[in-house]
Amino acid sequence: MNSMNTQATVQTPGQSAERVEQQTPAVGQPYTRNNEASHELSIRVRDLNLWYGKSQALSNISIDLFQKNVTALIGPSGCGKSTFLRCLNRMNDLIPSVSITGLVEMDGRDVNAAKMDEVALRRRVGMVFQKPNPFPKSIYENIAYAPRMHDMVSRKADQDELVEKALRDSGLWNEVKDKLQEPGTSLSGGQQQRLCIARAIAVQPDVILMDEPTSALDPISTATIEDLMDKLKEQFTIVTVTHNMQQAARVADYTAFFHLGEVIEYNDTKVMFSTPAQKKTEDYISGRYG
Amino acid sequence: MSDSFDQISQQLKRRHRKSARLKWLSMGALGLAGLFLLWFFTDMLIKGLPAFQQAYVETEISYSEEAAKDARQAIDSDLIPIVSRTEIRSIPLLLRNEPDRIGSRETRWLLANSEVDQYLKGHRSKLSDKEIATVERLVASGQVEQKFNSTFFTQGDSKRAESAGILSAVVGTIMTMIVTLAIAFPIGVMTAIYLEEFAPDNRFTQLIEININNLAAIPSILFGLLGLAIFINFFGVPRSSPLVGGMTLALMTLPVIIISTRTALRSVPESIRHAAFGLGCSRWQVVKDHVLPLAMPGIMTGSIIGLAQAMGETAPLIIVGMVAFIPDVGASFTNAATVMPAQIFTWASEPEKAFVEKTAGGILVLLTILISLNASAVVLRKKFERRW
Repeated sequence: MNSMNTQATVQTPGQSAERVEQQTPAVGQPYTRNNEASHELSIRVRDLNLWYGKSQALSNISIDLFQKNVTALIGPSGCGKSTFLRCLNRMNDLIPSVSITGLVEMDGRDVNAAKMDEVALRRRVGMVFQKPNPFPKSIYENIAYAPRMHDMVSRKADQDELVEKALRDSGLWNEVKDKLQEPGTSLSGGQQQRLCIARAIAVQPDVILMDEPTSALDPISTATIEDLMDKLKEQFTIVTVTHNMQQAARVADYTAFFHLGEVIEYNDTKVMFSTPAQKKTEDYISGRYG
Repeated sequence: MSDSFDQISQQLKRRHRKSARLKWLSMGALGLAGLFLLWFFTDMLIKGLPAFQQAYVETEISYSEEAAKDARQAIDSDLIPIVSRTEIRSIPLLLRNEPDRIGSRETRWLLANSEVDQYLKGHRSKLSDKEIATVERLVASGQVEQKFNSTFFTQGDSKRAESAGILSAVVGTIMTMIVTLAIAFPIGVMTAIYLEEFAPDNRFTQLIEININNLAAIPSILFGLLGLAIFINFFGVPRSSPLVGGMTLALMTLPVIIISTRTALRSVPESIRHAAFGLGCSRWQVVKDHVLPLAMPGIMTGSIIGLAQAMGETAPLIIVGMVAFIPDVGASFTNAATVMPAQIFTWASEPEKAFVEKTAGGILVLLTILISLNASAVVLRKKFERRW
């Protein structure tokens, strides 16, 4: 695994043995965060290329995503950040014209391998979508469905407990505890999105992918979701796509800047926003395009 | 300088006139269609409603020894041309089954002859002057009356108009529809699910799609020929039976169910599928737990409409022999049976005047069933309609 890190093209902001001593990270080079405890690798991506039919959407993406951190993917529209996100749980499989090369590795396994069952992968890599999409079922059923499907609960009491835990973790419990049987679609937009988060964490995944989770929400609901992400990273690895640079600055530990299907820069969020290494990043962050 | 409001209004006049003209034309077309519909329904009601009334004669029957041999001895000779022959013929049979009755007398309301019925309803009849005098006398003394025609709903077909009923056709239709639904619904829905949710989009599936759409436009009589060739001649399914009729109509209903199911599946938003896939559902779980329940109202509506269409179909059934004289109410799926439109067709080709109102009455029954089926489809759609 470490041999890959020595490649010049690999962008990793995480801890690597050679770099710890360096103290001052070189521009665009792996960077060390001294005060953070967790830097264990969650997903390793190497030389990932993706084509929609004949047009290439991702080129040579090589980054490491770390456990129990929030990683934000930013970049202008059409830069491939959502496409990249969907590579991590193979949602791109649903699009027939997509072809992929390269490695996406989780837990030592290539997720694109023929042997990898995408159902198993998606149980460990959950997803929250741009538009809140609760099932048109009761709030309770929205959450209980997936754990039951994955045989995680057998008794009704376990199921009740799991639903309560998921709702508490997503900060929705106090708002909905008296109306668990009402349809999930009757909630407000922000509540629906938190319900979707609760639904995703109920199967206890390792990673939660969020595809612009707040872009359809009002500022107050957005703030609630951001707080929630901050809390959830204690348990889960979160990878979020956002259009909103302030949001990335607020919630993310690491930020990757995508442009035209490539990762231009990947670094500690604070560093990225204060002293971007690349001119393109600086231009984007300062609002010159996007 | 730009035009003043007056100048602009002047120019607009022509455009307004044009749109007003179009509006009146389309309203006229609509009115004309409504008028035809009204005419059709009124005509049907005027012709058909009398079929639900029938003349009955209060008759004294003497169950004598002679009556057991010659039924005509049982009633007053004046009444013989007036009472239905069906009733007279049933007397010896009754006496054979219940010999205790011999020697007793009884006064009962018997079905009148259809000629009497037609005469009383003001139509032309073949009654002689003497018979008319008898009828008039009986009407005056209250011995001939128009009553609700329960025979129409409780009996099968008959060569005598007064005792012909629609029940055997209704039962035949129900049995045929059960077969149609049992075959077309599962196959149609599963085909649609496969094409919509599982099949890759390639030349082959596109070819299947085009063919299914074309199938919906094929003249129905061809399905009858197919049914005759395959089901009857090759597989040896009994002809004229609800089984073969149902199978033939299932062929015809299949494309309707497939197309409406696909439309219903397609109307389920993609976000629901993504949510389910994102949670780790397999393709079948996505369909079974999320897509299908949401598409069900649409599938039901389409199937009911397909069924209603099949119910009104006659041509393919003529080919498989379901247009037949069936006096008995069907007992099984393999016995000969007839269906409502076929019964109407049979009655319409009878020369007797009395069958005209039977035909219209049959149409009224068929229309009532079809309209209530379509209404239930509309209710289903309204009730389960969901907005995202």
